[in-house]
Parts: sequence; C-alpha cells; structure tokens
Amino acid sequence: MEKMVNIFLFGKKYEVPENLTIMTAMEYAGYQLVRGCGCRNGFCGACATIYRIKGDKELKACLACQTKVEDNMYIATLPFFPLVKQVYDIEKVKTNEAVMMQLYPEIYACVGCNACTKACTQELNVMQYIAYAQRGDFEKCAEESFDCVMCGVCSSRCPAGISHPQVAMLARRINGKYLAPGCGHLEDRVKEIKDGDFKDLIEALMQKPVEELKELYNTREIEK
Amino acid sequence: MYSEKFQKSIAAVEAARAQNIAYEPQRMTAQEKIDLLAAYHPDYRKDEFTELTIGPNKGEKVPTELAEMLQAHSRITADSVDLSNPDYDVDVLVIGAGGAGTSAAIEAHEAGAKVMIVTKLRMGDANTMMAEGGIQAADKPNDSPAIHFVDAFGGGHFAAKRELLSKLVCDAPEAIQWLSNLGVEFDKEADGTMVTTHGGGTSRKRMHACKDYSGAEIMRTLRDEVLNREIPVVDFTSAIELILDENGNAAGAVLLNMETKDMLVAKAKTVIIATGGAGRMHYQGFPTSNHYGATADGLVLGYRAGAKLLYADTLQYHPTGAAYPEQIFGALVTEKVRSLGAKLVNTDGTVFVHPLETRDVCAAAIIRECNDRGNGIETGNGLGVWLDTPMIEAIGGEGTIEKRIPAMMRMFGKYGIDIRKEPILVYPTLHYQNGGLDITDDGQTTNVKNLFVAGEAVGGIHGRNRLMGNSLLDIIVFGRTAGKSAAKAAQDAVVGSLTLDHVTKFEAEIAAAGIETEAISPKLLPNYTNKANI
Ligand SMILES: Cc1cc2nc3c(=O)[nH]c(=O)nc-3n(C[C@H](O)[C@H](O)[C@H](O)COP(=O)(O)OP(=O)(O)OC[C@H]3O[C@@H](n4cnc5c(N)ncnc54)[C@H](O)[C@@H]3O)c2cc1C
Ligand code: SF4
Ligand code: SF4
Ligand code: FES
Repeated sequence: MEKMVNIFLFGKKYEVPENLTIMTAMEYAGYQLVRGCGCRNGFCGACATIYRIKGDKELKACLACQTKVEDNMYIATLPFFPLVKQVYDIEKVKTNEAVMMQLYPEIYACVGCNACTKACTQELNVMQYIAYAQRGDFEKCAEESFDCVMCGVCSSRCPAGISHPQVAMLARRINGKYLAPGCGHLEDRVKEIKDGDFKDLIEALMQKPVEELKELYNTREIEK
Repeated sequence: MYSEKFQKSIAAVEAARAQNIAYEPQRMTAQEKIDLLAAYHPDYRKDEFTELTIGPNKGEKVPTELAEMLQAHSRITADSVDLSNPDYDVDVLVIGAGGAGTSAAIEAHEAGAKVMIVTKLRMGDANTMMAEGGIQAADKPNDSPAIHFVDAFGGGHFAAKRELLSKLVCDAPEAIQWLSNLGVEFDKEADGTMVTTHGGGTSRKRMHACKDYSGAEIMRTLRDEVLNREIPVVDFTSAIELILDENGNAAGAVLLNMETKDMLVAKAKTVIIATGGAGRMHYQGFPTSNHYGATADGLVLGYRAGAKLLYADTLQYHPTGAAYPEQIFGALVTEKVRSLGAKLVNTDGTVFVHPLETRDVCAAAIIRECNDRGNGIETGNGLGVWLDTPMIEAIGGEGTIEKRIPAMMRMFGKYGIDIRKEPILVYPTLHYQNGGLDITDDGQTTNVKNLFVAGEAVGGIHGRNRLMGNSLLDIIVFGRTAGKSAAKAAQDAVVGSLTLDHVTKFEAEIAAAGIETEAISPKLLPNYTNKANI
C-alpha cells in the first residue's frame, strides 16, 4: 500500500499518495486541469502555487509540477498574476538604464526587502537582477535572470509593485541583440548563401539517386 | 541519493568509469541499424497500428490511438454552428502559439496582414518552451548547408521531401540571425563565435544553444515580440474544426473556449495550423516528454477538411526519458548530456551503444538492453539504463554541468540526485511526431488551398526520423515561411460563403465505412483525473 498524506486544495481536504507532485495530486483528487498546467516539467511557469505547511509560519511558493506533496500542506494555485508588460519597439529601444526609467520606473522604488528572492520558484537572486537592471547592467541582469520561467510569484510578493520577469525579459533582449558580441561566421554564411555559393552543391544533392546519397551518408567524415 | 537497491549497480558503473571515458564504442553498420530497428523500435510493432478506412490517407496505417482520433466524430454538427455572424474576421488565422505559430504571426504581421492567434492554453505553453538541447545551422567554416542536408537526409532514413529539406538547411543560418536580432541569447565565445556541439547523427558541430533553456529562450523572446506588436492572442481557446468556403478553400475555424465552453467562429482569408505534436496521445502506453496540450489536434482538423498526411506512422521515441524518480517519469533528459560526453551503460557498467547514434537507434538499443538482454535496472516504474553524467565533469572539468546543463541539474537535484556525482536512470519516452500534414515549400498543404501548416504538425521535412536541433530550426524556418506565404495569399484571396459541409460528409463516411465509435476529436487534453501514475 502506498503511504497517503492529507493535503488541502483551496482549503478542502483530500487524501493522496505521498509520492505525487502537487499537480498530479490535484488530478488524483479529480481536477481536470485547464489553467495552471502547461509543460508539466518546470519550463513554462504556468503552475505557480503558494502553500503553507500547517503550523509553519512561512508561506512558500513553488511550481506545482515540480514539488512533491507533504502532509498537512495547504495549497492555493496562482495560475495568473496581473503583471505589467510594457510594449516597445526592439529596433528602437535605448540600450542603457534610460530604457528602464522610461518603461519600468517602479524598479527604482525597490525597498530592498528581498521578498522576491525568497519567493522565487527557481531560486534566483531576483532582488539582485533588479539591482542590475536599475544600473543598466543588462549583461549581468540577463545572466542572473536567465533561468526565470516568468511564473510571476516574485511579483505577487513585491511591495513596490514591480513586474520582475518583464523587466528581466527586456534586459535579456537588449543584451542578446545589442550588447553581446556579434558573430562574424554567421554573417559570412548568410551572405554566402544569399550570393548562391552553395546553389550547385544543393542542386546536385536534389538530383542524386538515393543509393548515391546513402553512400555519401554512410562514408561521411565525422568531426571529432 | 539513490536507495540501497541501486548501490551495487552504481558501484559497477563507478568502477568502470575511467575505462568507459577512454573507450570509443563502435558505430553500427547500416545493416546492423536496420536489423536493430526492425526488432526493437516501437514504430515496427505491427500490432500497434491500424489501417485508416476513410479520408485522404485511406488504406495507410497509423498508430491505433491516432486512427481512433482521425476517424472519430466531430465535436459539432454543421447545423449547430452559426457561420453567418463571425466573432472574428481576419486575414490570417494562426492556430497554436508555440514557436511555429508565433514566428508565423510575426512574419504575417510584418507583411502587413491582419493576423490573430488562437491557442489552447497560454501563448508559449508548448513543446517549444521545453526544448533544451539546441538548434542546428551550418554556419561554421568547416560546415555547409550541403553537409547539413546529407546528415538530416540520412538521419531521416532517406525519406525527407528534398525540396523541404533543402529549404530547411539553406535558410538555417538566416533563422539564427533573425532570432539573434530579436534578442535571443545564444551561447557565444568572447569574440562572438557561436559555441556549437554535436547532436546525435550530426557530422559537424552545429548545435547552437542557449544553455539548456534553448527553446524557452526562443519561445519567450517570440512571445515578447508578439506582445510588442500587439497581435491579438485569444488564449485558452482551441480550434475544434476548420471552416471551408464553398470552393473548398480554408476560410477559418470553429473555436472552443476551454473554460466557459463557449463556441466562437473565426473567419479568415488564410489559416495556419501550428498545433504541434502528439506526445499526450501516449502511443503504445509510452510516457512522454511533451507539454499538456500535445494531442495531434492539427492532424485531425486538417484530415477532416481533406488535407493529406505524410509519414503519420512514424514517431520519435527519445532514448533518454527520465526513468527515475517517478515524479519526473518520461521527462526529457536532453541529448546534450550525451553531446557533452556522458555514455549509456548497463547494470554491469558496460557501454552498450555509441551515445551519439541517431535517436531511433539509441532508443532501440536501450529497449534491447532492458527487455531482451536483461541488463536493465529495475526502477520501481519499469526498467532503465544508466546515463553516466559524472563523465561530463571528468572530461570537461568541474563546473561544466552547472554551466551547460543547469536545467538538468535542477530537475534531478529537486529529488536529491546530484548528477555531477551520480549517474541517472533513463528509458525511451514518446517525444516527437515525425509525420504530419503534407506541404509544399511555401508551407501550404498539397491539396487544400489557403491552408498552411508549420512546425511539428508538418510531415516530410525530416523524413522518418528527425535529428536533434532540426525541429527548433524547422519551426522557425517554416513558421516564418508559412506566415509570409499566408499573408501574401490573403492579399488576393476571395472568400466565398462559409460552410461546414465537410464535417457532415465526414460523418457520412464514418457511417458508410461501418466504423462504430464513441470517440470524439480533436482530443484537446488528456484525461488524468483519478489516475495516480501518469
Ligand atoms: C522536452 C522537449 C525537448 C525538445 N528539445 C528539442 C531540441 O533540443 N532541439 C530541437 O530542435 N527540438 C527539440 N524538441 C522538439 C521541438 O521543441 C518541437 O518539435 C517544436 O518546438 C514544436 O513547435 P511547434 O510550434 O510546432 O509546436 P508547439 O511548440 O508544441 O506549439 C503548439 C501550440 O499549439 C497549441 N494547440 C494545440 N492544439 C491546439 C488547438 N486545437 N487549438 C489551438 N491551439 C492548439 C498548443 O497548446 C501549443 O501552444 C523538443 C521537444 C520536447 C517536448
Ligand atoms: S524570478 Fe519571479 S517570475 Fe522568474 S522564476 Fe523567479 S519567481 Fe518566477
Ligand atoms: S520584493 Fe520588490 S521591493 Fe522587495 S526586494 Fe524585491 S523588488 Fe525590491
Ligand atoms: S506546468 Fe510548466 S512549469 Fe509547471
């Protein structure tokens, strides 16, 4: 017999096997999920959830698909949080802190409480990446925030009303497009293809009998 | 930490590690591969396939679960939907908001079309978000689109449609450039050189990555761009039937609000199906690496409207799905783990296959090792073999795992397994739909006008198997193509009066063929309620 635990979904008690995740426990209890379930594997941020273990002072946040149930766990899913996403033209944005002052000025009202970092479901140093964004250090902000799944839990805890994942998204795009070093071999190759340098080679492959292609494939040289 | 029962086998793996790192296993000959696949690959299990008795691919075999959906009843009847007063009227309707759908929408918008997206869950709740390993493009000096072509054509068992494949490889570098210009952060050296690795079946190192969040980084950037362009996105809404016009051209879709169950009508001059894969169909009872909404809906929508399928009988079983612990059963262990040097070893610590054979070959080899040779490890959830991750740090140096595959480290770390120090247990998982709707190189279906398809819902780009990194590539290349072509076609499309006659006709065919079924399709979501093991 599997060991069972008691959990409370939106306050209502259910008995479920202890080896389930919060997500599969909800399904076990009979929920057909629509909202709050996307990738089922920790990538999409659809399943943000807050919980408290009975008697515990601390309110915790997690991804429901990534977290095992525990006995006496009080669970409320947070499948949507009203974040602010500012619209901008990536071709025209400023690439220094001026862009933050313009689009997300509220980040300068951060009070340094660190609630965002404590709540992050990906264990990121959220307060720190906001600090980098304030300074216009987008490379560091991008690095620090890279694993963010944009679940919005941090923002739900922020007294300054900051939409952290959107701030980081902007920083990453600016970094990727403007600040990271350009790539010479990529530009060269795009140009060579445009100039038709490979046209004959490809044409030849299009015409070759399958047997010859098999031979080519089976004897191809493999880079070490 | 693994429990006691695994320790003996782990000790054997550890004892053989140094030797295994130095050992370069033989690659199989062409004949060995053919024999192995025929004996062990799930695609070759005749009893798991059913012949279609109606529709454009009548007489062909597809997985039994898919046949049931393709030959099922519609969720609507033609007279239950009022087409005279559409809720939406656009140039281009994009169905599905993964990488293919969003790329298509961005390009259609760029071309000046009035475009909208409908999607089952949220924008980005999609297989694209989950891709870890990377995206191929032949952009290094020692590589070329021609070499890329040969790798992919051979990897796909010489069955790809060549005009699609040549487009894929020739447009690849530009696709990377397009993403880069949108702000996608590819792994680069300090001088801007792309960091590229091998994937199974590649002959050059051309796998570009964004750590092991490649798909997530691409997807969230495309999503941000769709939002910046203020393209309307109707989420939690599924397409449940295509609408044609009186001339038989695609002209919209019937939509279902997933929460309120309200039915809506979208009229469009052109339609793009970008609904992705089918992992949640759980073919042959396999677990899957796919997202919650991967239920082959696009194939069903297209099929009922008369569009042809190509290679719908071939699926990709990724060799390394997590076999343990149970909470992540079936979840993907990226191929990059093997690209970085980890080898597959059996319960005695013996390497039994070259880790970078193509996916179908690796998967079949693992199934043989477990089910036939008795060299698997009992996990409590079935069998598995070891993927010896500590090799990565022995080869690449301390810190390699954290730097290059942080998502993997986190996934197992949550359950107390430190993949830097301990190997992990894997078994094949249902991963990718090789087949799909048949298209020409402008992205349009071969036989329904103004119906375009992009991404995993397409069949024929890769043939009968797909190499890692060519799918993220195809969603960008063919997503963009479909978007541009659909916008162009919309310019001079004249939409006749809307009809659902094809739905009525299909019902009649079901009856005429004597198919007795209670099933309705598209499936939309799997039903996991009250099941403890998923
Ligand atoms: C875990 C994992 C790892 C992978 N790793 C790699 C990799 O490293 N490299 C690589 O090249 N490929 C990889 N792949 C494959 C690749 O990610 C996918 O094939 C590709 O992203 C599919 O993109 P898509 O846009 O066609 O479909 P998806 O991204 O799945 O998007 C489909 C969208 O359509 C929606 N939809 C479905 N049905 C309907 C409907 N009826 N109505 C409305 N909307 C609907 C879905 O909800 C979803 O939003 C991986 C796949 C998985 C699952
Ligand atoms: S930073 Fe915020 S949005 Fe991103 S993963 Fe952490 S809690 Fe979620
Ligand atoms: S929660 Fe808000 S105010 Fe507190 S540290 Fe984080 S960003 Fe600053
Ligand atoms: S469902 Fe995607 S992170 Fe949990």
